[in-house]
Amino acid sequence: MKPKVLALALTRTPYYVLSGGAAIVFLFPLLWAAYASVNGQAGSGQASGVGLGNYNTLLHYQDGLGQYFFNSVFVSVSTVVITLAVSLLGGYAFAKFDFPFKNAIFLVTLAILMVPYATMLIPLYVLLKVIGLQNSLLGLGLVMSMFQLPFATFMMRISFEAVPKELEEAAQVDGAGTFGVLRKILLPSVRPGIITVALFAFLAAWNDFITPLILINDSSKAPLSLAITTLRQQTMGVIDYGSLEAGVVVMALPCLLLFFALQGQYVRGFMSGAIKG
Amino acid sequence: MATASTSAPASHSAQSGARWWKSQRRSRQLLGMLYVAPTAIFVGVFFIAPLFLVARMSASTWPLLAGDKGLNFPDNYSAIETNALFWPAVWFTIEYTVLVTVLLIGMGLGLALLIQAGGKWKGFLRTSFLLPSAMGLASASLLFWGLYSDSIGPLNPLLEQLRITQNPIEFLGDPLSALLSTTFLIVWRFAGFYMLILLVGLQAIPRDLYEAAAIDGANRWHTFRYITIPLLRRSLALSLILCITGSLLAFDQFYILTKGGPDNSTITVVQLIYREAFQRLNLGTAAAISIVVLAVLLVLNAVQFRALRGAEET
Repeated sequence: MKPKVLALALTRTPYYVLSGGAAIVFLFPLLWAAYASVNGQAGSGQASGVGLGNYNTLLHYQDGLGQYFFNSVFVSVSTVVITLAVSLLGGYAFAKFDFPFKNAIFLVTLAILMVPYATMLIPLYVLLKVIGLQNSLLGLGLVMSMFQLPFATFMMRISFEAVPKELEEAAQVDGAGTFGVLRKILLPSVRPGIITVALFAFLAAWNDFITPLILINDSSKAPLSLAITTLRQQTMGVIDYGSLEAGVVVMALPCLLLFFALQGQYVRGFMSGAIKG
Repeated sequence: MATASTSAPASHSAQSGARWWKSQRRSRQLLGMLYVAPTAIFVGVFFIAPLFLVARMSASTWPLLAGDKGLNFPDNYSAIETNALFWPAVWFTIEYTVLVTVLLIGMGLGLALLIQAGGKWKGFLRTSFLLPSAMGLASASLLFWGLYSDSIGPLNPLLEQLRITQNPIEFLGDPLSALLSTTFLIVWRFAGFYMLILLVGLQAIPRDLYEAAAIDGANRWHTFRYITIPLLRRSLALSLILCITGSLLAFDQFYILTKGGPDNSTITVVQLIYREAFQRLNLGTAAAISIVVLAVLLVLNAVQFRALRGAEET
């Protein structure tokens, strides 16, 4: 019995070495960022030792971390709300109704995926000026919702299609209108789809960099991704790496928490979602 | 908005019954159009209109601040050819795409096989490989910018401690190391995502195929080569499409990590568009390049989707 166990352990050794090594490589940068964010650096707000000096520097950086955090939350939440509102109604229409140009509208919505961000952002920069939303957080939310629409509409359509027709018809017989059916009967049934769409819209908006880079030119309206990056752009004097890593932690933390809270949903969403960038 | 009456009275003649159904269908059509209206308006204003606008811009003299100065077609397009940065950017983007695609798909497959092999750590491993994918690309790029820095970066001290190197490496110092360092960041950030796609494909392969191969005395390499790879074709094709398209449009990582340097050696096509528009303040030429990129991407995607469909059929 004994030699057999030993042989088994030996054949498993490459597995443990490989997987252990890989896990270290993948976790190390994350752990290091957390470590660097609480450690001092000569010539910065926190000269030495371990503490929250870097976070304190970040708190008072330019317009203040609070402002940037608010901007990010505002843009992400409005993206989620707009995306959900438009794709819920649209998905309902595509799944349960027949109307002229149905397939054409659906295909054009999906075609948004085929067009690079940069190609869209150049004219959008001009267009937002025309409709008075240039350099505004709402304009940013609207553009980010547009980028989310193909995935969201597709997701909501297949969610509504999966709801059995009988459920709907029973409610209609009871005298409910189509909106009543949507609100009372269908919404609870498509909840997983709604969560996936909301999660993806939130993460995409929270992490988007090129859209605010092009559409926002007022530092007080910058979301976190843009504001933290300006820490890197400093060409004069010492670059405050500690605060930079503190900013990375602030940006990454909500994403990682969402990841742990909704891991199953996250994994499923990843599989069905088309990712760009 | 209540439209559905309870039921058509049974005493109605067949003709009025047909009319009732027709009016029902008409009102449902109208309702459908009502529900789809927000989508249609949104897509019209934020997608169709900008597409026409970018086409118009690409044929016009259009300085960023002064606005439309009239048509000049085809000047913006012929200017692409003479733009000193254009061909280097195209070649660099292709080079980067090939490198990243080979490494990412290979790494994704390796990690997926590692998870598939099972063991007690399976859950832990999957989570650790996936964690970077939860992060934004911009924040990941900033993280690595610190990691590679000679000021607080931990890599050089570590390498020297282990006596692997004697002199500090400048991770972003020359064109080759800047490319490799950025590629490492991208593999770190995205490998988990591709692992997930390939893992789903791996799990769809019937177990008994492997058992049959084992009975036939096939070794590991043969099993991998003649069972795993062919049956994984669909997941591999999907990974390829996502990876190639994503890499061709690379921007954040180079904008943040290398700023296109050193010596403009790491400028991608999307970065070139950004430069034309917001540093050289010429929306016309930027629009022309983005139209070219769009056209190339459409052709490429059509080819890739045809290949994917082919892979599904066989």
